[in-house]
Amino acid sequence: MSGHMNLTLKVWRQKSPQDKGGFVTYKADGISEDMSFLEMLDVVNEGLIKKGDDPIHFDHDCREGICGMCSLYINGRPHGPKRAVTTCQLHMRSFKDGETITIEPWRAAAFPVIKDLSTNRAAFERIQQAGGYVSVNTGGVPDANEIPIPKVIADEAFNSATCIQCGACVAACKNSSAMLFVSAKVSQLALLPQGQQERYRRVQAMVAQMDAEGFGNCTNTGACEAECPKEISLTNIARMNREYFTAKFFKEEEIH
Amino acid sequence: MKLDAKIPEGPLAEKWSKHKFNLKLVNPANKRKYTVLVVGTGLAGASAAASLAELGYNVKTFCFQDSPRRAHSIAAQGGINAAKNYRNDGDSVYRLFYDTIKGGDYRSREGNVYRLAEVSVNIIDQCVAQGVPFAREYGGLLDNRSFGGAQVSRTFYARGQTGQQLLLGAYSALNRQIHEGKVKSYNRHEMLDVVVVDGKAQGIVTRDLITGEIETHAGHAVLLCTGGYGNVFYLSTNAMGCNVTAAWKAHKRGAYFANPCFTQIHPTCIPVTGDHQSKLTLMSESLRNDGRVWAPKTQEIAEKLRRGEIKSSEIKEEDRDYFLERKYPAFGNLVPRDVASRNAKEAVDNGLGVGSSGKAVFLDFADAIARLGEDTVRAKYGNLFDMYYQITDENPYKQPMRIYPAVHYTMGGLWVDYNLQTTVSGLYCLGEANFSDHGANRLGASALMQGLADGYFVIPYTVGDYLATIGPKAIDESHPAFAETKQAVIGRINKLLSLKGTRTVDDYHRELGHIMWEYCGMARTEEGLTKAKGLIRELREDFWKNAIVPGTNNEFNQSLEKAGRVADFLELGELMVDDALQRKESCGGHFRLESQTEEGEALRDDENFAYVAAWEYKADGAPEELHKEELVYENVKLTQRSYK
Ligand SMILES: Cc1cc2nc3c(=O)[nH]c(=O)nc-3n(C[C@H](O)[C@H](O)[C@H](O)COP(=O)(O)OP(=O)(O)OC[C@H]3O[C@@H](n4cnc5c(N)ncnc54)[C@H](O)[C@@H]3O)c2cc1C
Ligand code: SF4
Ligand code: FES
Repeated sequence: MSGHMNLTLKVWRQKSPQDKGGFVTYKADGISEDMSFLEMLDVVNEGLIKKGDDPIHFDHDCREGICGMCSLYINGRPHGPKRAVTTCQLHMRSFKDGETITIEPWRAAAFPVIKDLSTNRAAFERIQQAGGYVSVNTGGVPDANEIPIPKVIADEAFNSATCIQCGACVAACKNSSAMLFVSAKVSQLALLPQGQQERYRRVQAMVAQMDAEGFGNCTNTGACEAECPKEISLTNIARMNREYFTAKFFKEEEIH
Repeated sequence: MKLDAKIPEGPLAEKWSKHKFNLKLVNPANKRKYTVLVVGTGLAGASAAASLAELGYNVKTFCFQDSPRRAHSIAAQGGINAAKNYRNDGDSVYRLFYDTIKGGDYRSREGNVYRLAEVSVNIIDQCVAQGVPFAREYGGLLDNRSFGGAQVSRTFYARGQTGQQLLLGAYSALNRQIHEGKVKSYNRHEMLDVVVVDGKAQGIVTRDLITGEIETHAGHAVLLCTGGYGNVFYLSTNAMGCNVTAAWKAHKRGAYFANPCFTQIHPTCIPVTGDHQSKLTLMSESLRNDGRVWAPKTQEIAEKLRRGEIKSSEIKEEDRDYFLERKYPAFGNLVPRDVASRNAKEAVDNGLGVGSSGKAVFLDFADAIARLGEDTVRAKYGNLFDMYYQITDENPYKQPMRIYPAVHYTMGGLWVDYNLQTTVSGLYCLGEANFSDHGANRLGASALMQGLADGYFVIPYTVGDYLATIGPKAIDESHPAFAETKQAVIGRINKLLSLKGTRTVDDYHRELGHIMWEYCGMARTEEGLTKAKGLIRELREDFWKNAIVPGTNNEFNQSLEKAGRVADFLELGELMVDDALQRKESCGGHFRLESQTEEGEALRDDENFAYVAAWEYKADGAPEELHKEELVYENVKLTQRSYK
């Protein structure tokens, strides 16, 4: 059955965006292997609150690996050591008794720290507002089956659509590039017939916003793909580059 | 006040179209003079906000997460129903209507449910036009599956993440309107009160969760799309932040709360492992299409299993009780959620539970794997099996899953009329936060449908009628009600922050959850509920004396957020118990042990309880007043549900 372990945590604490911040060491004793990583932090926080201290702030909501709210850089890796697993789905059995675990927020200029482990990812919002949609109003659309889509295309678009907007790709990248995220969003609609009308305008608008937000350039290191909890593929980046250059090649009026 | 549901006259199939025709329209040139406040950006809120902005209204949206895309709707797995009849298997608007009314154990309104079924077909069209990648067949057309025991295949799905894909569609429509400047979005903002001026909702008070600033926002109408309150049970399949605060504050400002005790307990969830547990994970209902539910036949065997002396695979076929197949030969493992949950509980209560805690039964795929092959099972359920493996460290291809019921959805919510308006003028409620369409038990794949029906296709018409009636005059934010409501919010925050006792807010929440689960969960009795009422009151009093809430208001303070939500749950819990007490019948998810058939099935009492219980808040600590909206059935015949 489940064993218990004693751990040392080195946690990034930072009171506000202006605060310099630094590591604080905590003991986490009697941790069950069945706990999730965030439940382990809950236990530590309960202890802090009882002492009248401010608990460690971190973002989370669904705890099912789908909302993309959780983050955390654990022992130097976004979402911790396991492949294709978000922090909230990580369990303590992935760690060893006596281990020291370092926990930091996402580090990227475009994701400023709000407090402790929580960062501001509003840049991702603005990129999508710039063009991540099909311009249809509610009502007056054709019957769903009037838009047949070959299964292979639909599946490919689906793979891109599984991105949970967590930002691990940016955190993993030495340049803090957002290419994997943006390309996943661009790809979904570029692949589908519904997205064709605005295909080239969309990619230009989203890339322009990405650049304006201060994300770095992509130098093809592939760290993003390796750390993405949803295994979004680098082929999305290649596709977005193609889309972007095609868009640049034509003049605006030729782009339907 | 007499409750008027405003169901339009006339034949069922014509009610909605006639009603739409009779609703007043706002002159297109005037639309930009109105502001609508939309609280919550899940499926209901995002779809409403985008649609209203497209029509030309100014919209402000609010959510407590850092992005609308993170609303709890994102977590829905299984699918969304629609009466498209693409399969030619006999589905129709009427059949979806009928199944939903029956599934809800005849405690919902005919008119509402029919409309829901009617607009369901438009939802799928809308989502596909936005680029939602539903599952498709090789011919390129949309795929369907049967879900939750339905006899037809009407569920549209997107692998195991239908909620995420639908929400991304609504979110993209919302983003487009933000880009157009018609929507202003306030993320990381929590609504803490409604401003009511002369009986009309005209604004809200919010807290900026990062800076702590308390703000007022004025609007011609307020739409609450704030989701369900299942987290009153502490453990549930809901996201951690799901709460009742917005609905509860509205309730205290005059909005009636309907059927608060109607809670859905989902049968297939991963069992609790210990006190550290912060939430429960749902395993999609679709698993019951191939998995067989069983428990050991005797306590002796169950005990050996629990102690780890034998493995499940060593239990002989004749020592296993496939209790759903045995008791319900017609539906077998596919009986509705309430029935499946109750039977699992019964097995556990009889000492037949498995797993170290004894609070689980098996969901076994051995037969399916033998029949279909492991690859086929993996293709169908691979992501769910992986999730189970990741959480439990047990391989479900090799040994049966352990499952146990968990709180999943709340059918109760703010009372609304056919127009989705609460008992406060100008205050509307959409999605899981309202009570309207699911009666005493929601069928699988129908919450997503309802949220999007409300947001895309109902509210744009009905709120227009109200706005046309009140006229486009600007809302006067200098009215004293704004300052007073803001002051009340600040007062409450200060009171919470003054709590410097010894017990954490989570600890109170956990205890409240225990009380609710024990006495107001899967089986309820007069005695237990009465006891729970006392316990909740004591706990609430203790909270306001001994809780600890660290930090200040002027900062990102997750402890303060949680304290406010738990304080509201401590009040709601008592109302749920009161509601469960007055409803002496059993129906749907509400099972009163005093009211069962000889075979132990839920026994409805249509003569005395075919009504919606709508509660009116009076004053702090004072009993609420019960109002009854009689349910009128002109089209369906009320029968005792039977799945034998
Ligand atoms: C695990 C799981 C799986 C499910 N699967 C299915 C399924 O397959 N099919 C199906 O039909 N249904 C399913 N459901 C149910 C369905 O997902 C929900 O009922 C539905 O998505 C609720 O949508 P909503 O828009 O009403 O609320 P939510 O999506 O919960 O959104 C609530 C919104 O309100 C905001 N909010 C709340 N309070 C405040 C406040 N005080 N101030 C500001 N903002 C606030 C939140 O930020 C959020 O934006 C599932 C539910 C769960 C838990
Ligand atoms: S691409 Fe992957 S890592 Fe990046 S935001 Fe999307 S899911 Fe997260
Ligand atoms: S908390 Fe939702 S993905 Fe981790």
